[in-house]
Amino acid sequence: MANGQLNSGNPRVDIEYRRKKNAEEMKHQVITFALMIFLTLIAFVAVAYEGFTGWFIVPFILLLAVVQVIFQLFYFMHMSHDGHEAPKLFMYTGVLIAFVTILCYTTIIWW
Amino acid sequence: MSTNAQKRGFGATIWDYLTTVDHKKIAHLYLIAGGLFFLIGGLEALFIRIQLLKPNNDFVSAGLFNELLTMHGTTMIFLAAMPLVFAFMNAVMPLQIGARDVAFPFLNSLGFWLFLFGGLFLNLSWFLDAAPNAGWTSYASLSIAQTGHGIDFYALGLQIAGLGTLIGGINFLVTIINMRAPGMTYMRMPMFTWTTFVVSALILFAFPPLTVGLFLMTFDRMFGANFFDAAMGGNTIIWEHFFWIFGHPEVYILILPAFGIFSEIFAIFSRKRLFGYSSMVFATVLIGFLGFMVWAHHMFTTGLGPIANSIFAVATMAIAVPTGIKIFNWLFTMWGGSIRFTTPMLWAVAFIPSFLMGGVTGVMLGSAAQDYQYHDTYFVVAHFHYVIVGGVVFALFAGAHLYWPKMFGTMLNEVLGKITFVLFFVGFHMTFFIQHFLGLWGMPRRVFTYLPGQGFETSNVVSSIGAFLMAAGVIVLLINVVITSVKNEKVGNDPWGDGRTLEWALSSPPPYYNFKQLPLVRGLDAYWIEKMEGKKGMTPAEPLGDIHMPNNSFIPFLISLGLFIAAFGAMYHGDEGNTWGIPVLIFGLLFTLGSMFVRSIKDDHGYHIPKEELIDDNDKGVKA
Repeated sequence: MANGQLNSGNPRVDIEYRRKKNAEEMKHQVITFALMIFLTLIAFVAVAYEGFTGWFIVPFILLLAVVQVIFQLFYFMHMSHDGHEAPKLFMYTGVLIAFVTILCYTTIIWW
Repeated sequence: MSTNAQKRGFGATIWDYLTTVDHKKIAHLYLIAGGLFFLIGGLEALFIRIQLLKPNNDFVSAGLFNELLTMHGTTMIFLAAMPLVFAFMNAVMPLQIGARDVAFPFLNSLGFWLFLFGGLFLNLSWFLDAAPNAGWTSYASLSIAQTGHGIDFYALGLQIAGLGTLIGGINFLVTIINMRAPGMTYMRMPMFTWTTFVVSALILFAFPPLTVGLFLMTFDRMFGANFFDAAMGGNTIIWEHFFWIFGHPEVYILILPAFGIFSEIFAIFSRKRLFGYSSMVFATVLIGFLGFMVWAHHMFTTGLGPIANSIFAVATMAIAVPTGIKIFNWLFTMWGGSIRFTTPMLWAVAFIPSFLMGGVTGVMLGSAAQDYQYHDTYFVVAHFHYVIVGGVVFALFAGAHLYWPKMFGTMLNEVLGKITFVLFFVGFHMTFFIQHFLGLWGMPRRVFTYLPGQGFETSNVVSSIGAFLMAAGVIVLLINVVITSVKNEKVGNDPWGDGRTLEWALSSPPPYYNFKQLPLVRGLDAYWIEKMEGKKGMTPAEPLGDIHMPNNSFIPFLISLGLFIAAFGAMYHGDEGNTWGIPVLIFGLLFTLGSMFVRSIKDDHGYHIPKEELIDDNDKGVKA
């Protein structure tokens, strides 16, 4: 990453390797995409089904949403690849700070 | 298409600065604008001290006093300290990591113009209506009840300026992560770059809460919302939490770059490697992290309950640990070094005891039970001026002297620099040390006068005299700047003689492309390593090639101008019989969006400096 600023481009790109990598990635993306649609269906069913109370439905669909966000980040936005350590670090920190904030608001302001 | 050696007329220079995307020129802009606001904030401080010179004084009215103290705090924090810190980050950080510019030069310019228009908007309040008068914290229960447009200026002006800061912070993060020169690993970054990095992360996480808080305030005051109005089901405490979730990291945003500047100074003028570099990095990151876990210590007396108060008190005191690590590392850097007491070094040495006193009162205030006694007294005023003036402002003065040659190519006069230091240092302690005792004796802060016979008279006179000494110090600095600029004696690459980091390997000021060839970094204090091996400059890490440069752009100015116009519409639309507010608001926003649209659709690939041109001026000594 630190070398990305050189004004000479890298001429050697292994196309064969890249192609194989891309095919594998495509497979992952299709699988995750299917899973995400499936999770969305479950969310709709959970809301539509009359036997569940709000106390179950809301946390449940929030959980499904979190799973989908993780899928999105790791398989569609390439966070599983190398070279994403810094974005990961910052996202985790952001999540932590948001969590502490919400925890405080819920414990010492609103209740 | 290179223009580096042309003589320019005055108009062309102005236009160049209006459109520049060069980090070094943006640093000049930040320095000038921040310096100007620093003078305005200083004048406000002087008026406050004149008013408090004697009991029952009527130099200013109570209402004007509230405006003065609010604008003093707001101006100093948001419009003086922040941009001055940004000035040094812009001027030095890209050079220290061996980059040709920041990652997003256009955004860098946008960040500056947003800040400037926000600051202008805020200060126009003096002329257009009434200035904000609810304190720099602008607590909601007071501020939503204020009549007039003062608080509206605060909410809208800070919103615009804060947007610029956020953009600047993200820009620095990307720059440091992506644009380090070959060999510049994280643990070889100079300390100032490290603090810039951590500070940018703090900006990234701390400014969104402020943005949200200010939006809620804006809607409460101007668009009929009731987020903070308890009578309408809102909650006035939420503002305080939002403000301090931002506000506490904000003080670390200010102090960490100060630590960075001092770390550089101690190493340079002790002719020694910074002691405990890795523990310094660790302490910086830890301070940044803990900075987010302590905000409620500003609110001990709002009734959070004993458990919340205890948690925040303990977290607060924990910050003393990494700060202590830093203090000892600086002391050990000087230990056994060959010390030269130049002006920057004087500020740095004076900083340690001054800041330490602020830190000690910080721990006292952090203890929740004690805080009930100190709350809203001059003790608190003394504390935060000790950390912000004794830490940040000292660093800004030190940095100005240290980096003046790198920014402008001339050396500030050392004798005048030392006079500035003595006047300011003595004035500072005179002004604020006595305020600890005023606070303990019960003088409340933010009150426009006091009665005779309470034992406050002499101490307030002492305090006011100190303020004038500080002002005298600043005036000497201004004279110094004028003299130095008129003389215009250019200096070489490394005017202090002991520069350790990459910026000192470049000419002063550096060429507009910074590095002809990116340098190869072989360790911490990269330039020092080369010097110790008898080399004149850095080893290049790449062959000489064309350099890609961004084009100048006027669009950042226009984007910011649109928001500036929109803010007037938002503010006045609620006035009785106002018909132009909403159209102006919409026009301003469309103006901004239109400018952004032009930027998006217009292809601007920048230009290249051809290799041949770079070879020509080899004799200028800019071998990088």
